[in-house]
Amino acid sequence: MTTTVIQTVGLVRRVEGAISNVLVNGIDLSVSKGEFLAITGPSGSGKSSLLYLLGLLDGPTEGEIFVGGQATSGLTESEKADLRLKTCGFVFQFHFLLPEFTALDNVLLPMRTLGRLSMPDMRTKALALLTSLGLAEQVDKRPNQLSGGQRQRVALARALANDPAIIVADEPTGNLDTASTEQVFGVLRDIASQGRTVIVVTHDPGLAARADRRIQIVDGKIAQETWLSKERPAVEPSPSGPVESS
Amino acid sequence: MNLLFEIAWTHVTTRIRQTLVGILGVAIGVGFTIMIAGLMEGSQRDFIRQLIDTLPHVTVSDERRSASTQPAEREYAAVQVTNLPAVDRREGIKNPNTVVASIESWLPGAISPSEQTTALIHYVGGHVGVTVTGIDPRRELKVSKLASQMQQGQVDDLFRASNAVIVGEALAQKIGAQVRSTVTISVGEAHSLAATVVGIFRSGVHQIDDTQVFALLRTAQVLSGQPGGINQLRLRLDDAVAAKDVAGRIEAQTGYKSVSWQEANANLLSAFTVRAFVMLTVMAAMLFTSCFATYNIISTITHEKRHDIAIMKSLGMREAFVRGIFIVEAAIMGAVGIMAGWGLGYLLCYGLSRITFFNPLSGEIINVPIYWTPTHYAAVGALSLIACAAAAFFPARKATRVHPVEIIRGAA
Repeated sequence: MTTTVIQTVGLVRRVEGAISNVLVNGIDLSVSKGEFLAITGPSGSGKSSLLYLLGLLDGPTEGEIFVGGQATSGLTESEKADLRLKTCGFVFQFHFLLPEFTALDNVLLPMRTLGRLSMPDMRTKALALLTSLGLAEQVDKRPNQLSGGQRQRVALARALANDPAIIVADEPTGNLDTASTEQVFGVLRDIASQGRTVIVVTHDPGLAARADRRIQIVDGKIAQETWLSKERPAVEPSPSGPVESS
Repeated sequence: MNLLFEIAWTHVTTRIRQTLVGILGVAIGVGFTIMIAGLMEGSQRDFIRQLIDTLPHVTVSDERRSASTQPAEREYAAVQVTNLPAVDRREGIKNPNTVVASIESWLPGAISPSEQTTALIHYVGGHVGVTVTGIDPRRELKVSKLASQMQQGQVDDLFRASNAVIVGEALAQKIGAQVRSTVTISVGEAHSLAATVVGIFRSGVHQIDDTQVFALLRTAQVLSGQPGGINQLRLRLDDAVAAKDVAGRIEAQTGYKSVSWQEANANLLSAFTVRAFVMLTVMAAMLFTSCFATYNIISTITHEKRHDIAIMKSLGMREAFVRGIFIVEAAIMGAVGIMAGWGLGYLLCYGLSRITFFNPLSGEIINVPIYWTPTHYAAVGALSLIACAAAAFFPARKATRVHPVEIIRGAA
């Protein structure tokens, strides 16, 4: 039985300018719980734009995004921010850690914003997260004292801090060497196998080949969809309301 | 610690140079504004104090504000009286003792009846027109600072010689008179008497020092040809500010024209209103300028921190929260700057108050008058804090409105 975590219907994202530019052009997609989805495509194809839409960081021009069955088009910026805080964890190509804060403080940031746990509990959890990513020794270091791979793992820990249902990663290994890439990718794989949805935009065909599903975006449309390790869900989830399929 | 405050605090403490510039901007603005406020209000208060010290708070004269009317005019609206012949009435305040007693019964202060007349004083230096004011020295001491203004002799010396006079310093210099000189004072051709100078005073107001002569009441009454006459009541109040009300009450009670020091110096006081406006404008301009430092720094910080802003927003922090971080940063800089500015303002005021200079007009060495009041510090501080928060609000709002995607794309 597969639970749909995120679903899009007729998703379009246009940028108004001197020349109107369609970044995402009518994408219908649904991603299940525990799925590792890789989005590939040439530069400028709209794969990152799609990712930002899926992570509620950006809003569609047309279409609808359902997160956990909830339509998101009617939400205010603040409500979207709250939803992101609870359900989405972001990892970008650049780590975007706050430079003045230690690794631990950076991981604590989303937890403290959410404020669900007590401070000692947050610390325990953040330390556990960092330790699980092999950063036990680095918790009190600032980003500039860490290697690229370590920073990206801290960013991963930060993305995981609030136990989000979805991890959204935009070229998370784009700036990393092979060993670090392997490490970060391995962590993402583990996260998916623990039952969280991982959506990764990547240029690396080798990495994309290790996802559960790979979709290729060309000119803002899904050009190719390949199921790699998991069976395609027997029934396509319906495009409205809370969705469950088996 | 609160997350918002912690991030703000971390920003300001890790960017010491920028923070110091921000603090310095606020401190200089606050310091100089406090100095200007102290100086302006100090000089104004000093001037008014001199005015109040030198002049009677209320002067009641035997004049009336409008010409008297005929009984028929008062009774019948249609009556018009024209070409009335001048009647030679006895001048001065009628029944002065009764009037003085009735005012004294409620007056919070002292009253001194006097007879004032214009006269000519003759001595070696020539004839000079003067105002002779006949006073009762015991009462006079309660309404004026004459006793402390005496350069030579004492007010009581008026009792020591017949027809004794006290003259202003500038007047004495002009006619070449000294203490114990005998001068001649005349009013018209009818009344003339030989008088002895027993004292010299200096009020600091040139116009007074140049023309004023004090004598005993009866001496002045002889000169004016009004034995027992009183044509002026001079009052000194416990509270100088009440002069306006007291003057109004006396005028209503006696019908005689009563002029408060405020009325007598209305033009000066209205000039002070303009001055106060100018002062406020200058102070506002200074605070405004110092705010630009804050504006500039917050603009720089928000620009440098745009990646942080983007990630904080993408993590799920609300726009208002992220904006609040930068406003709190400005408030921290503002608060420290204000405290430093208070210190600077105090030192500037202290330094100024130590400066003395020579006043060629009065011949006195005077200090720069500074008015010290916590009100200045509190008002300037509160205004600066509001101004800092406002100066931070706009760049912070601009920076936090930017969509995180734009910045994240730009950084990749």
